[in-house]
Amino acid sequence: MTWAESLLAPARMPKGLKGPGATPPTRRFDVYRNNVMSSLVNALRDGFPVIHRLVGEAFFAGLATEYVREHPPTSPCVVRYGDSFSDFIAGFPPAASVPYLADMARLEYALRQAYHAADVMPVEASEFERPDLAEAKLHLAPAVSVVRSSWPIYDIWRANLDRSKPARLAGAQSVLITRPDWDPVAEPVSAEEAGFVTRLATEPLAIAARNLPDLAPILTRLMLRKSITAVEALS
Amino acid sequence: MKLTNTAVAGAMATALMSLAGTAHAQEMEKCYGVAKAGENGCQAGPGTTCAGTSSVDYQGNAWTLVPAGTCEEMTIDASMTMDDMERMGSLEPLDRDLPKS
Amino acid sequence: MLDMTRGHLPKAAGVGFKPQHYTDILADPGAVNWLEIHAENYMGDGGRPLAQLRALSERFPISVHGVGLSIGGADPLDQDHLARLKHLVGWLNPASFSEHLAWSSHGGTYFNDLLPLPYTAETLARVADHIDEVQEVLGRRLLLENPSVYVGFDETDMEETDFLTELVRRTGCGLLLDINNVFVSCTNQARDPREYLSRFPLTAVGEVHLGGHDEDEDLDGMPLLIDAHGSEVVDPVWTLYTETIARMGPKPTLIEWDTNVPDWDMLEAEAFRAARVLAGVRA
Repeated sequence: MTWAESLLAPARMPKGLKGPGATPPTRRFDVYRNNVMSSLVNALRDGFPVIHRLVGEAFFAGLATEYVREHPPTSPCVVRYGDSFSDFIAGFPPAASVPYLADMARLEYALRQAYHAADVMPVEASEFERPDLAEAKLHLAPAVSVVRSSWPIYDIWRANLDRSKPARLAGAQSVLITRPDWDPVAEPVSAEEAGFVTRLATEPLAIAARNLPDLAPILTRLMLRKSITAVEALS
Repeated sequence: MKLTNTAVAGAMATALMSLAGTAHAQEMEKCYGVAKAGENGCQAGPGTTCAGTSSVDYQGNAWTLVPAGTCEEMTIDASMTMDDMERMGSLEPLDRDLPKS
Repeated sequence: MLDMTRGHLPKAAGVGFKPQHYTDILADPGAVNWLEIHAENYMGDGGRPLAQLRALSERFPISVHGVGLSIGGADPLDQDHLARLKHLVGWLNPASFSEHLAWSSHGGTYFNDLLPLPYTAETLARVADHIDEVQEVLGRRLLLENPSVYVGFDETDMEETDFLTELVRRTGCGLLLDINNVFVSCTNQARDPREYLSRFPLTAVGEVHLGGHDEDEDLDGMPLLIDAHGSEVVDPVWTLYTETIARMGPKPTLIEWDTNVPDWDMLEAEAFRAARVLAGVRA
């Protein structure tokens, strides 16, 4: 066993280690293994507080430990750790009866990415006064993303932050994530609006909006959240 | 079917008007901060530290997952989501034996 | 090597910056004259962490303390990570940059802990190469910190103090002397911390760390101290600090408190205690 193998495996120790006493220093090596595992489980607990609250400490610790063993970080930037946690949860049999859990992990990870996204300035309103607006592309702030779910993901998230007992939850929800200043904002939007925001990355405004019954509300929301950063004319 | 120039211009005018009419303070929802108590950054997520820890984590060969979270209390109306799912969110208790060393 | 550093850390007390103290620090820093941050927490693209760091750097000298470069590792240095450090050090232009005599990455996995290495001629050559590379890329001198260790290696055939002395000689790097780490490592190896400090190359020290540790014991019932940074500095470490400062003169001194972070007044009180020791030497 090398150090790298032993650190993520239970009850194994590399060769060639010693302590001041007579007994093999398993307890001493355990300090390192414990540091690795608890620091990374703590990182996931900090990064996915609603998942933690939904499943409770014991289940979360078991889930996170398995995740760390199978998907340890590949970068020293722990602020980015957990990008595949959602996929892992989706394939974790003990969590199968909580079908919205993987979507919740996507929502929490998207909020964290929004928190650390690059700072940008929103465009002035005058930029929108142009005859070719329909053909133009709207650039969105890097903090903007949408999470689409078959479950009432926003209501569940909100109830767990408020620590409130939610009323009856129902329906599919999509969530728009923005960062007007320093704090990310999550809010429910329609599936059509979520699709519109996603399509803005590649399509001109009028084409991206083709399925929207009403374009104005989502435009208001994006401007209110300082999320439109440029209007690019397609010449 | 794409929207006409006029339709887009109209929607933008409406959006700008309702934006101007919005009391920002009232519309701007406070970030629902879930970072550690007292931390003024919502959603900061994890950071690094050069400290070790003496609180023992999961090193054993076997553990049991006993569900104890709020998902047990969440009732989701099946009629509006998926078929035949009356009550979502009961975690399975799990006993797992990890490979022996 | 060209040293681009502007400014130096003051020979005064500082603390590790925690975001929950941001408002308190700006309102009344008290005995705290400078701040240290962990490099890896400021490698996002933007947002509040970088905005706070920019604002703090206008008021305080900043020390950038890396925890993830794996200088003591067997693998080549992570070039992406080195580039991120260069970017941070480039825009911030901190008063100091430091890292650890430890490893944290192997074979593409990052373990998020400061792991020990055997001290041999082979590891010495490798660590020296890594330090040369870091100093070359960053264009500044690096301070290397002595680690807290929990196990020894059969392979080791050099004293840690000789290993550090030789690194300084070969690379021109400076040292960050963590006196709590000295106490933890020596206790864990049943050695005398004063004897260790008598061999430490004090002339290379550019910064001192003080922090708290937890007490445990091993299977033989021998003490096993853990560098937890979650409590006050213990009296024996204050004594070693006072003796060492008396020998080498005042040095920038940092209080590290990373877990169970206390309120600002309590952290500032620890910094004040270090400031009193520094003032005692100056008087």
